[in-house]
Amino acid sequence: MTNRNLVIIGGGPAGLAAAKAAYDCGERDIIILEREPELGGILNQCIHNGFGLHTFKEELTGPEYAARYIEQVEQRGIEYRLNATVIDINKDKQVTYVSEKDGLVTIQAKAVILACGCRERPRGAINIAGMRGAGVFSAGTAQKLVNIQGYLPGKEVVILGSGDIGLIMARRMTFEGAKVKAVVELMPYSSGLNRNIVQCLNDFDIPLYFSHTVTQIQGKDRVTGVVVAQVNDKLQPIKETEQLIPCDTLLLSVGLLPENELAKNAEVQLSTTTGGAVVDENLMTSVEGIFQCGNVLHVHDLVDFVSAESENAGKCAVEYIRGGQICKDKLTINCTNGVRYCVPTVLNKDEVYASQSFKMRVANVFKKVELAVFADGVKVYGKKRPVVAPGEMENITLSADIMKVLKNAQSVEITLIKGDAK
Amino acid sequence: MKEMICINCPLGCMLTVDDSDLSNIKVSGNTCPRGVTYAVNEITSPKRMVTGSVKVTGGNQAMLCVKTCEAIPKGLIFDCLEVMNGVTVQAPVAIGDVVISDVCGCGVDIIATKNIPKV
Repeated sequence: MTNRNLVIIGGGPAGLAAAKAAYDCGERDIIILEREPELGGILNQCIHNGFGLHTFKEELTGPEYAARYIEQVEQRGIEYRLNATVIDINKDKQVTYVSEKDGLVTIQAKAVILACGCRERPRGAINIAGMRGAGVFSAGTAQKLVNIQGYLPGKEVVILGSGDIGLIMARRMTFEGAKVKAVVELMPYSSGLNRNIVQCLNDFDIPLYFSHTVTQIQGKDRVTGVVVAQVNDKLQPIKETEQLIPCDTLLLSVGLLPENELAKNAEVQLSTTTGGAVVDENLMTSVEGIFQCGNVLHVHDLVDFVSAESENAGKCAVEYIRGGQICKDKLTINCTNGVRYCVPTVLNKDEVYASQSFKMRVANVFKKVELAVFADGVKVYGKKRPVVAPGEMENITLSADIMKVLKNAQSVEITLIKGDAK
Repeated sequence: MKEMICINCPLGCMLTVDDSDLSNIKVSGNTCPRGVTYAVNEITSPKRMVTGSVKVTGGNQAMLCVKTCEAIPKGLIFDCLEVMNGVTVQAPVAIGDVVISDVCGCGVDIIATKNIPKV
């Protein structure tokens, strides 16, 4: 067994930013473990533009954004292993990985940052009935096939789900000569960005059906068509509205889930809402010295926000390695009335009072609301929002003074005030 | 009056555009000046960035991802993709290298968006 101060699992945008920040805080004993043959993570297959407006003040493609961070990691001489798959972590921070080059290796770490991203919800998670012909792909798999490997997975395509990956793939498949017959969305709104509906669907006259879903997949050897139906307000398909759309491919863009099998091995407490870890304001999980950041913690809208969060994780991990104070007394923040979750999820009841940002998602589209924070039933912060939606992460920043009130309270609540005041 | 969503950045501002006088198009609802430029272009000559990929040999990748270095006329998107489809480049390639110059005669180059070393 070898020893390392900081082991970072995942060499995507989260891992790279965490490594860079940790180095810049003075830590030199860092290693990044990446299972793919190159650094960059999912950005490598996101060849469209729109990344980096916050971080670099310019609009980059995914691989260009990744390259900026890879370059910074290379310049600092931060060590990394490619084709190295972590197979286990335990609560004593022993990290075991396998790679063709190194074999089976266990590293004893002082701190671990889990930056392993998320994975797509598959067909099985949404229980679509029908046959098991070839031609059903998650949108991200299709993206990898087209953009990295150069294969077109189908010619006549229906896409279920109007999240950004689904929208981006509608345009991408169209660019490569496929016919995208429809994008079908269960909800009455899209969780994707408006700009993507304009430039990926409207530009190419691809129809988007809201409040519709796929009820059946047809085709024994290869998909021959999908049955699409409207849903009622309980999201149940309406039988009479069923129609067959002939196609050879169904792409699923039906949500992302943090990939947390490793965290479970380490007995990290997970949130039932996000699927990510329960973290404090230092992004530390319930296991001392194990940190999380990026999409493994909660799924972000923009990579820029992943980078910012991960730099913070890198910094906090270094403070921990140097013997920073560990507070055992934690207060769980209650999210109520349409606020699904917030990150951080718990607060340390210590005497560190610094300004703190909270990221959160709401459960539905709400208009004219106030995001409010209550300490022991007293409102300490409010932010009016003309509209909030599940597809858009909300962000509030609380001052050190407010944080002092929260940390000394018995209960803290983040909530939505709709219409009249609560 | 027209309503449109600005596609310049992920904010996606809802713009209201008064195009009754094409020489004096009025735009509201934008958060930044890019919204005005977008709306005026969208009325007079809509343009789009095109991102895609071309084949690459001699490197460790099958495909090289590329982009137009600026937005091209919307009507040229598929002509541009057609040209990209017929191109194979040789590694090494660096980000920013011109892969196709002056694509479709519109004065815009197609450049590499990934570093692919020679193997």
